Amino acid sequence: MLSKRIIPCLDIKDGRVVKGVKFLGLRDAGDPVEVARAYDAQGADELVFLDITASFENRKTLVSLVERIARNIFMPFTVGGGIGDIGDIRNILNAGAEKVSLNTQAVKLPELISASAKRFGSQCIVVAIDAKRKGDSWEVFINGGRTPTGIDALAWAEKAARLGAGEILLTSMDHDGTKDGYDLELTKRVAQKVNIPVIASGGAGKLDDFYNVFAQAGADAALAASLFHYQEYSVKQVKEYLKERGVAVRS
Amino acid sequence: MKIAIIDYGMGNIHSVAKALELFGAAISVTNKKSEIAACSKIVLPGVGAFDDAMAELEKQGLDLVIKEQIKNKKPFLGICLGLQLLLETSQEAKDKKGLGIFKGAVVKFRAQSGQKIPHMGWNNLKVIAGDCPLLKGVVSGSQVYFCHSYYPEPLDKSVIAATTDYGLEFPCVLWKENVYGVQFHPEKSQAVGLKMLENFVNLC
Repeated sequence: MLSKRIIPCLDIKDGRVVKGVKFLGLRDAGDPVEVARAYDAQGADELVFLDITASFENRKTLVSLVERIARNIFMPFTVGGGIGDIGDIRNILNAGAEKVSLNTQAVKLPELISASAKRFGSQCIVVAIDAKRKGDSWEVFINGGRTPTGIDALAWAEKAARLGAGEILLTSMDHDGTKDGYDLELTKRVAQKVNIPVIASGGAGKLDDFYNVFAQAGADAALAASLFHYQEYSVKQVKEYLKERGVAVRS
Repeated sequence: MKIAIIDYGMGNIHSVAKALELFGAAISVTNKKSEIAACSKIVLPGVGAFDDAMAELEKQGLDLVIKEQIKNKKPFLGICLGLQLLLETSQEAKDKKGLGIFKGAVVKFRAQSGQKIPHMGWNNLKVIAGDCPLLKGVVSGSQVYFCHSYYPEPLDKSVIAATTDYGLEFPCVLWKENVYGVQFHPEKSQAVGLKMLENFVNLC
């Protein structure tokens, strides 16, 4: 049976981990490889690296970082942030990332989804959606959540899947940072709408939040950042909790 | 002893190279026919579309060297798309035929009973061929990382060394004499995957 996945997310700036990952015993808590190793040891199923600088000069830094991660960590990882064209995607995949995550550029240029899925296969194209509630629906935001687009999140998820996205990374901007749990309604609606895996993101604060997003909202994977970085819970604790409650996880 | 990892521009060779090196293998990442022929084992990785990959192999004349080396009984490991290319045909392909090392086709998962496509994530292995050298020390129930929409369907069922259940039981390890193919990513499957790569390095 396919396991539900637990995915820590790391923000990267100039090749370094930001947002103060506080792992005890790490020689260099800013080194993405060190942090990735620590999550590997905890039993994380995948990692997401989000490059928040995403400028042209930083592309080379990012690609060499991806190579270094791939040489040291034998688990799947996704790289996102500022990916603009097929060339960027190819460089990151060739450097050893399992998947790339497209966000702003996919909204601006949806053909990028179809072109890259055709070239590299749907399985390595993740479309990240930042969604914010607006009345009875959710609106897609781009540029790191700064720019509203007027696009309906459910419709966009469906379109992205149709164009060839292999996975949706769905962040609730309303829940992100609140620690009040994932947006179950949003996640459920998107998971029902598309026939590709959905990673829920934004709002994880307690063990039960993970259970709920799998059992109630039908997510395929759950992503969290600060909860893991600040060691409120380890990946292992989350998995043990889920396993006790009958959720299939990899042990 | 050197292992050739065929570099034909279809992604993701660093993890495979590094993992094999962990077990003492000398690695040559190459697209040179003479170099591939000079190595004692061959790995064909691959991420992407079947047609593009096959076109790339043919353009560089690598399809012929692969067939020849397999015929010469050199241990060969195809990973993910690298396995799929070993079949005769693929539902993903529009105009390309595969290498035809295994009789049969590569087929797409059908959306059935709510299964999502791609099949993405960690799933259990069921070991069919307990004597398969690649699976030495790997038990049924071990989990490996999958990331694919298509799977191999060999005509000769005796080449199926392991399967996985995803709505249906599909072959995920093929094995015939010196040729091994895995649908998952051993280089991304932590300890279980590394064990298989170690086994490959240690093949005589």
